[in-house]
Amino acid sequence: MTTFHGTTGLVLDEPLLWERGRKGRSGFSLPRRDVARCEVAPELAGEIPDVPELSEVDIVRHYVRLSQWNFSVDAGMYPLGSCTMKYNPKTNERQSAHPGFASAHPLLPEDLCQGALQLMTALECCLAEITGLQAVSLQPGAGAQGELAGMLIFHAWHRHQGKPRSKIIVPDTAHGTNPASAALCGYTAVPVRSNANGVLSPETVAAVMDEETAGIMVTNPNTIGLFEDHIKTIADIVHAKGGLVYGDGANMNAVLGRVDVGRIGVDVLHLNLHKTFSTPHGGGGPGAGPVCVRQHLEPFLPIPRVVVRDGVFRWSEDFPLSIGKLQAFWGNTGVLVRAYSYIMSLGAENLKRVSELAVLNANYIKERLKGTFHLPYDRPCMHECVFSDKLQQAYKVTTLDIAKRLMDYGFHPPTVYFPLVVPGAIMIEPTETESKENLDLFIESMKAIAAEARENPEVLHQAPTRCKRRRLDETAAARKPCLAG
Amino acid sequence: MRYLPHTPEDIAAMLKTAGAASLEDFFTAIPPECRRSRPMALPEPLTEWELNAHIDGLAGRMAAGPEARVFLGAGSYEHYIPASVSFVTSRSEFVTSYTPYQPEMSQGTLQAIFEYQSLAARLLGMEVSNASMYDGASALAEALLMAVRVTRRPAVAVSRAVHPLYRQVVRTYLAPTGIEIRELPFRPDGTTDPGALGKVESLAAAAVQSPNFFGCIEDLKRFADTTHSGGALCVAGFTEPLAFGLFQNPGRLGADIACGEGQSLGIPRSFGGPGLGMFASKMQYVRNMPGRLVGETVDIEGRRGYVLTLATREQHIRREKATSNICTNNSLCALTAAVYMASLGGAGLRELAQLNHDKAEYLKAQLRAAGIALPFPAATFNEFVAAFPAGFPDTYRRLLAKKIVAGLPLETYYPELPGHYLLGVTETLSKADLDVLVREVQS
Repeated sequence: MTTFHGTTGLVLDEPLLWERGRKGRSGFSLPRRDVARCEVAPELAGEIPDVPELSEVDIVRHYVRLSQWNFSVDAGMYPLGSCTMKYNPKTNERQSAHPGFASAHPLLPEDLCQGALQLMTALECCLAEITGLQAVSLQPGAGAQGELAGMLIFHAWHRHQGKPRSKIIVPDTAHGTNPASAALCGYTAVPVRSNANGVLSPETVAAVMDEETAGIMVTNPNTIGLFEDHIKTIADIVHAKGGLVYGDGANMNAVLGRVDVGRIGVDVLHLNLHKTFSTPHGGGGPGAGPVCVRQHLEPFLPIPRVVVRDGVFRWSEDFPLSIGKLQAFWGNTGVLVRAYSYIMSLGAENLKRVSELAVLNANYIKERLKGTFHLPYDRPCMHECVFSDKLQQAYKVTTLDIAKRLMDYGFHPPTVYFPLVVPGAIMIEPTETESKENLDLFIESMKAIAAEARENPEVLHQAPTRCKRRRLDETAAARKPCLAG
Repeated sequence: MRYLPHTPEDIAAMLKTAGAASLEDFFTAIPPECRRSRPMALPEPLTEWELNAHIDGLAGRMAAGPEARVFLGAGSYEHYIPASVSFVTSRSEFVTSYTPYQPEMSQGTLQAIFEYQSLAARLLGMEVSNASMYDGASALAEALLMAVRVTRRPAVAVSRAVHPLYRQVVRTYLAPTGIEIRELPFRPDGTTDPGALGKVESLAAAAVQSPNFFGCIEDLKRFADTTHSGGALCVAGFTEPLAFGLFQNPGRLGADIACGEGQSLGIPRSFGGPGLGMFASKMQYVRNMPGRLVGETVDIEGRRGYVLTLATREQHIRREKATSNICTNNSLCALTAAVYMASLGGAGLRELAQLNHDKAEYLKAQLRAAGIALPFPAATFNEFVAAFPAGFPDTYRRLLAKKIVAGLPLETYYPELPGHYLLGVTETLSKADLDVLVREVQS
């Protein structure tokens, strides 16, 4: 008999901060006052901020209790498709918390911050080597900002060619950030459909690619978990019309050590260090979204860039074609240190192994759940596989019900209702850090849920029952927004 | 490799189930012309202990830690961070969870971010705060884009006393849009002249920062009134939100959007990132706001709970018609800011802000007494501009050798301010440190 680990533990209730606070308490050791008090002019003085007052023990209990209402990678398997929720190594936390980095001011004179500049240079070299592209900027603070950097580079490049363009091709499988990033640069997104095999056909792209089109945004492997095997031909079509190819590297975890992104014709690629390179997601950020480019686009990368002169690392702004700056400072250094530590801990062979095992895990799940759940594209997948609720619809059970029921079995649900091309999508990305036993337990849970769907669908409609809260009323939240207390 | 749990037996069994002869089989879909021609050339993997030594070596080449005395603010501030703040924000459940798209399993993050939004709104005196953005600079760029959406006007005005690196980010974000950026000059007292706004009727927004890049408190009220008189939005930026523990907050002074950097609130400087883009506005503009929002609701048993809400503004629903392309919020940094603010409480924020102000006033007085000019007479919070005599660059370099950074040279950003340095002082510098600086800059 399989024992599932979903259970209810000793989880305590906890009110809001200001319901707990009592005037006169404090959780802070006020620094010594060694200078005289100096009043500000009365017309400038504000009121004391309306922030609750709590003791240190109140604060610690409040947040420890809140933390216990969260599921996390450190607690269990988190197979969110497209999110690469792999284990976040603890040594990386130690490295990024090193006071030399954590307490360094960003505007330190160059001679006083050589360590960070050296690390950034080394990380840029690693990412260039891993992708096969020639130049890297670490500045973008997240994947979507990396995409924006990419679109700004497209825009600046076409303008530099003397012919700004107005459209961009975006496949129907793309993340929503793709069209949104393109729109920020004034591009109209031209949607193209993937074919019956779940990938793009060169003819489809050729039909829309013209000299008003700046290029194409491609996620490869795509969000169905399939490798876009016509990518080279598609890139040739786009290049022939003077366009550029953008690669969304969100799914890089599938192809480390396998694919040369430069060789297949991608001109600009962003990486999500918080996915492929194991930096923690932090409940929604911070991440980092370095942007990598082919040689001819290097002059357009964000400034400043680190250069080496006489063995000394220096900042340089001497890139007149640069798109400019995306963040006030240099990027999310705290995240960069973690990703660098990850790469240095694994090396080339292990990184390649990461992708092999990520792909093995996804294919294993795909094979074992095929038949239990509808598999719209039955072919070997990369790092994730996409099912749907088609077989469960007869019992009036939806993807949402399946997702909620998984919580009761002790798993975070997969990504649901994405990609949009698969109605009722269930997108599973196990990542390489899950063992066979964990996958087996997940598969058994999914099978048990499928059986419940047939025999007792009400259990699914009522799920979850073991979380801190039952299903929440999202409609009411949006209709009468209460966004602050 | 300790992060990869598969045994050879596991792999063999799984391959068999998947109907593959080897791991190579899974990659046959990748056409030969897409494959690497050679293996990745990366350094040999390090053991955990070798990595510690390697990172210690790099970190040792940074002027950070107790021996360095860094009189820098300029958008990044050193404040004491209570151990309890670092402790609770390192909890795995916060650090290794994803965006709370499945609210039943993420109530911890959701309530914490709802509390952050509430405390941020209270500190800034605004009606609604989002769940945070990347950093202060991108928040300002997004605020200006939002104002353009709200007013449908094609130009914005930005004070030259706004952080110069923020203005660079604004230019980058706005470059492809055709939105005109008008720069507003600063006056001899170090503040922006609201009278320079000109034809406000053609503007979507006017942005000013207070305390501004020179540390000076702007006359935000007059600025907001002038902006409103022409139907434009007043965007109030900031890089040091601790100032609102002492000075009037942007909401009270009439800001429509308040946005800036929240690193100051318990987040380590980390060489500039990750930080916290704070973003708040009047409620009437909420549907034009960029970024995530957490809202209160109830579950099917009527118990209070929290969800991500108003998502129809966002890219994953609205795609190219979204209010922004932003997906991430710097959630863990927002959490940290909330823990920090709650640890201080209202009274603690006031007292700490007062202490920062007083340290800066002490240093100003000592420098003035030493004959050093402080060109901008406007009131300041915890940083200010000093104009050092000719020959000071030599002194500055000599001090760097002692790991003393005597402010930020402003000439790079403002060619008209040669010899001017921006000095930042927080509670982490003792009176003795300040006295050392005064003594050293004179010698």
